[in-house]
Amino acid sequence: MPQLTKDFLKGLWKQNPAFRLILGMCPTLAVTNMAVNGLAMGLATLFVLVASGIIISTIKGLIPSKVRIPCYIVIIASFVTLADYFLAAFYTDIHKVLGLYIPLIVVNCIILGRMEAFASKNPLSNSIADAFGMGLGFTWALVLLGSVRELLGFGTIFGATLLGSWYPGMLVMKLPTGAFITLGLMIALMNIINEKVRGAAQ
Amino acid sequence: MSNLITIFIAAAFINNFVFYRFLGICPFLGISRHIKSALSMGAAVTFVMVISGVSTWLIQNHLLDRFGLPFLQYPAFILVIASLVQLIEMYLKRYHSDIYKTFGIYLPLITTNCAILGLALLNSILKYNFTESFVYSIGAGAGFTLALIIMAGIREKLEIAPVPKPFRNIPIALIIAGLLALAFSGFASLRFG
Repeated sequence: MPQLTKDFLKGLWKQNPAFRLILGMCPTLAVTNMAVNGLAMGLATLFVLVASGIIISTIKGLIPSKVRIPCYIVIIASFVTLADYFLAAFYTDIHKVLGLYIPLIVVNCIILGRMEAFASKNPLSNSIADAFGMGLGFTWALVLLGSVRELLGFGTIFGATLLGSWYPGMLVMKLPTGAFITLGLMIALMNIINEKVRGAAQ
Repeated sequence: MSNLITIFIAAAFINNFVFYRFLGICPFLGISRHIKSALSMGAAVTFVMVISGVSTWLIQNHLLDRFGLPFLQYPAFILVIASLVQLIEMYLKRYHSDIYKTFGIYLPLITTNCAILGLALLNSILKYNFTESFVYSIGAGAGFTLALIIMAGIREKLEIAPVPKPFRNIPIALIIAGLLALAFSGFASLRFG
């Protein structure tokens, strides 16, 4: 497998930020009461990851290593502001729901982590592949978590009714408790699957 | 005065940063293994929260608002927090090496702790005045410390419990956090006045 594909694929499963690396927990837990919110947060994070990855990978030779973290943070914060204003202008409803958690993308450990560990050390094309992989990995994790919570909490997925009007909805899934427990069970499930895959390979 | 007490109780219990707002989850899962380190981390976070809460309030109200620069809010806040943390670290290292030894190692981690930036943004979203921001910062820090200590107490016991292998470490910690969040949601029925 070429290196570029490898860099892209590892974020999807093997080093999935939300399920395997346990990074970016705050948005993962906070906005996943509905699938559409998870999708929006995932895509916003993807955009910031890719855009700051491109910039940082391009100018990595110009940044003195002593002040690199503040430089990265300012670049990331600028793109977050951009994403925030974009959502506020075109998707006002989602912007209201995500609220505080959009500016908090600035301190999402996935982004700073990938900049420090990957984009600042690798060529542009690999950095873009890595950022896309990580961003998409984070997005599918959030959408899955949001779908499960929405289905159990409201009986719908992406607003489409799956369970009929007989379904009363689990209140606990709409509360913070539902977020913590669903994520805990999902990470455990990932561990079981990985264990099985490893067992079959041996 | 009663207004300030309400703000404190709301920040510490009802809208607890960890269990209600999901802020500071990374240190909550990472550091809460022993009560002693949980206490040091909580103290460090509270300390930085109060100082950065007050300074970002000043910047918001006396720089950004006055000169009409709302779009610079995120870069400005995060830079202030990062440099404050650096400054506190240097000061403690130089003048209070005993305090530095207890929670110095946690300081660099605090820059990317979303609870700090979250608090600064919440102060501006909730439109608190200077005193209210100060009290809110202390309350939020106290609530965060409380969450960390409760979690550490449970996890110390958990180390000798037979947890199924796939659930070890993070998954079981998340499930415990969920149950604690359920308990904390009981505070929502507190009413004042």
